[in-house]
Amino acid sequence: MALQRCTKHLFNNVRVCTSLIQSMKMCSGGSTSVNPKPDADTPIFPGVQSQWAESLELIHPHSYNKFPVYRVMDRNGCILNPSEEPQLESEFVERMYRTMILLNTMDTVLYESQRQGRISFYMTTFGEEATLIGSAAALAYNDLVYAQYRETGVLLWRGFSVDQFVSQCFGNCEDEGKGRQMPVHYGSKNHHFVTISSPLTTQLPQAVGSAYAYKLANNGRCVIAYFGEGAASEGDAHAAFNFAATLNCPVIFFCRNNGYAISTPTHEQYRGDGIAGHGPGYGITTVRVDGNDTLAVYQVTKASREYAVKENRPVLIEAMTYRLGHHSTSDDSSAYRSLAEVKEWGSLDSPISRLRQYLALKGWWDDAKERSWKEETRKMVVNSLTRAEKVLKPDWKEMFHDVYYDMPAQLS
Amino acid sequence: MVSPVLRLCMRYRVTGLSSGTGQKSPALFHKFITKRYVEFNFSPEKPCEGKGETSRMNLCQAINSALHTTLVNDPTAVVFGEDVAFGGVFRCTLDLQKRFGKDRVFNSPLCEQGIVGFGIGCAVAGTTAVAEVQFADYIFPAFDQLVNEAAKYRYRSGNQFDCGKLTVRAAWGAVGHGSLYHSQSPESFFAHAAGLKIVIPRGPIKAKGLLLACIQDKDPCIFFEPKVLYRAAVEDVPVKEYTLPLGKADVLVEGDAVTLIGWGTEVHILKEVADMAKEQLKVQCEVIDLVTINPWDVETVCNSVKKTGRVIVAHEAPLTGGFASEITAVIQEECFLHLEAPVQRVTGFDTPFPHVFEPFYLPDKWRCFDAVKKTLTY
Ligand SMILES: Cc1ncc(C[n+]2csc(CCOP(=O)(O)OP(=O)(O)O)c2C)c(N)n1
Ligand SMILES: [Mg+2]
Repeated sequence: MALQRCTKHLFNNVRVCTSLIQSMKMCSGGSTSVNPKPDADTPIFPGVQSQWAESLELIHPHSYNKFPVYRVMDRNGCILNPSEEPQLESEFVERMYRTMILLNTMDTVLYESQRQGRISFYMTTFGEEATLIGSAAALAYNDLVYAQYRETGVLLWRGFSVDQFVSQCFGNCEDEGKGRQMPVHYGSKNHHFVTISSPLTTQLPQAVGSAYAYKLANNGRCVIAYFGEGAASEGDAHAAFNFAATLNCPVIFFCRNNGYAISTPTHEQYRGDGIAGHGPGYGITTVRVDGNDTLAVYQVTKASREYAVKENRPVLIEAMTYRLGHHSTSDDSSAYRSLAEVKEWGSLDSPISRLRQYLALKGWWDDAKERSWKEETRKMVVNSLTRAEKVLKPDWKEMFHDVYYDMPAQLS
Repeated sequence: MVSPVLRLCMRYRVTGLSSGTGQKSPALFHKFITKRYVEFNFSPEKPCEGKGETSRMNLCQAINSALHTTLVNDPTAVVFGEDVAFGGVFRCTLDLQKRFGKDRVFNSPLCEQGIVGFGIGCAVAGTTAVAEVQFADYIFPAFDQLVNEAAKYRYRSGNQFDCGKLTVRAAWGAVGHGSLYHSQSPESFFAHAAGLKIVIPRGPIKAKGLLLACIQDKDPCIFFEPKVLYRAAVEDVPVKEYTLPLGKADVLVEGDAVTLIGWGTEVHILKEVADMAKEQLKVQCEVIDLVTINPWDVETVCNSVKKTGRVIVAHEAPLTGGFASEITAVIQEECFLHLEAPVQRVTGFDTPFPHVFEPFYLPDKWRCFDAVKKTLTY
């Protein structure tokens, strides 16, 4: 009996299928030509739009062209193609440069302060200044930022003060995060910078969700999610790419490819054409840029932002750079890379000196300015540190607040 | 001294106090809050008898020795995880790749669900897989692979397939400045998934024997390593291969007044508490290291409780749903008529693990000692 019912059901379904095909045939005069016959000119599987192949070929990764690395300046700060030079005001470029120096000074002083045992932990952004400042400068101030942890420069560009950074590192009572997180886990609602969390790549699908919300709100804002090339290996990265593409979200995926994930070099992290190589596979518009070229990073981020907001589509940017510092204060990178390698990158391809040379060629910067700004920033950071150290810790009762909106009975 | 300050804080009710930046702790607390270490005294084991030649090893080196032994004696064994090739961020896999080659000791891409899923697959195909998850806090992307896959492999296939050759190692517990994501003790999440064994050593000798036992065990094991002990704990560890039993608790100090139960770092705190109780209260506490969180040694625990009638279970993980709750429930079932006082749980609070407040958060010797006094005067 049951079997009979089953078979009948099956037949019914088949009939439904046939009628579906008939109706599709009727539509074939429309814009998409649908032809179910196996010898038709194009395959019509629902899962792909492609062509037929009558000879067997395994497609190898090397049969694709690799993404080129877009740049605007050479290593000496000379513009390579004048039509690609962003026409930026001298004050604007100078501000970018000053922020890079300030970032560098803050990193140096806070790194030292950890070494002296004054703060518990620190992560520098040495070598990635152009990547951070170039991208931050191209965004709208209220575009939402989801960071990984090595994006201090983005928040600095937005005006988070040195005192605010230093207070977070000390976890004193002026820290917006109320002393709950390790140093460098910054966050500021006022600066549209979502508080950093240590578990990697969790911010990526979240950024896509925020972008979707912005799209529905039709508010002209977009979202940028920063992540390392190591973090791109997490499952969350793939979830994020796929959601952004299928749900048409105005989000910029900004990968900082700095060559290492702690000790793991890129050739043990991925095969294929880097992180940019993922883009086409997910149907995401993609660009690769020289991350040590501030102007190039600015250009690609600006273009990506315009595209994302106008088209409501995601963009993937892969910025190629090099992590000059140790992974963090818990790491000694000489255990897995040579000092010579680091030195070579530092001297051959410094993003800071490249932008300085550009400024100098324009006549917008000189040695005297350089000296006085470096001195000024050092004083600024050292004074901030001395002050923050004396500021008291948050009230210990803060430990119990904000777990929930209202404190549950079991905590009070 | 720290204790009166802390006790004062803990008695202070939190309700009704305003929240918000700018609220300061009293200056008196400043020094205490700025302390950045976990306070405990490691108490080493007596050298093992009959296990041959020993060598001074810290916890890292004992783990390295267990992995080394496995790679020598089991030709199928592989060791992998994030940054494992250069020795791991805690240096537990130091020199293993040099000695055993890149096919057997290797870096994985940065992906915990991949690490555990890959490890299960290796085990299913007959290879001994020792996977490292860099921090226990980062095991959650692999939660599905562990809870829905590893734990249920044998059961769902009617014992046709299993992944008993899988062992997952992860650095675990507080260090004093790790905050939310470098401090957690997630053992009770996994204790809820029948099919997994969860083991936590208290020092180097136990670590080597237990890790080897996990690797050779017929079920998938999670081996949580108290990372504050990696360097701080040094003992004379037997050089050759040996295993220690899983599912067996250790009675470390015998006593008749109060049973103190813990695992990992907490065991050393409880031993100190037993000393304090002896000195200041003139009573003998019994200290038990549970060793295996699941399946756990109900017999040893209940025998002790029947003798003492008073129990304290301490762990760093939060109170609600922590493994102390499970132990407490079984004790009241099995030893109800022997109890002289309610079982007390001394644990982390039901909050995330907070950075500058770590000294307040942890169940240190003062909080445990307070509990001893409370239970004795109940
Ligand atoms: C889920 C998770 N797994 C592991 C870690 C430990 N961890 C912290 S940073 C890091 C490397 C990240 O490398 P990458 O994404 O390339 O960023 P970079 O440090 O180079 O900026 C690892 C493995 C973590 N924080 N979260
Ligand atoms: Mg990296």
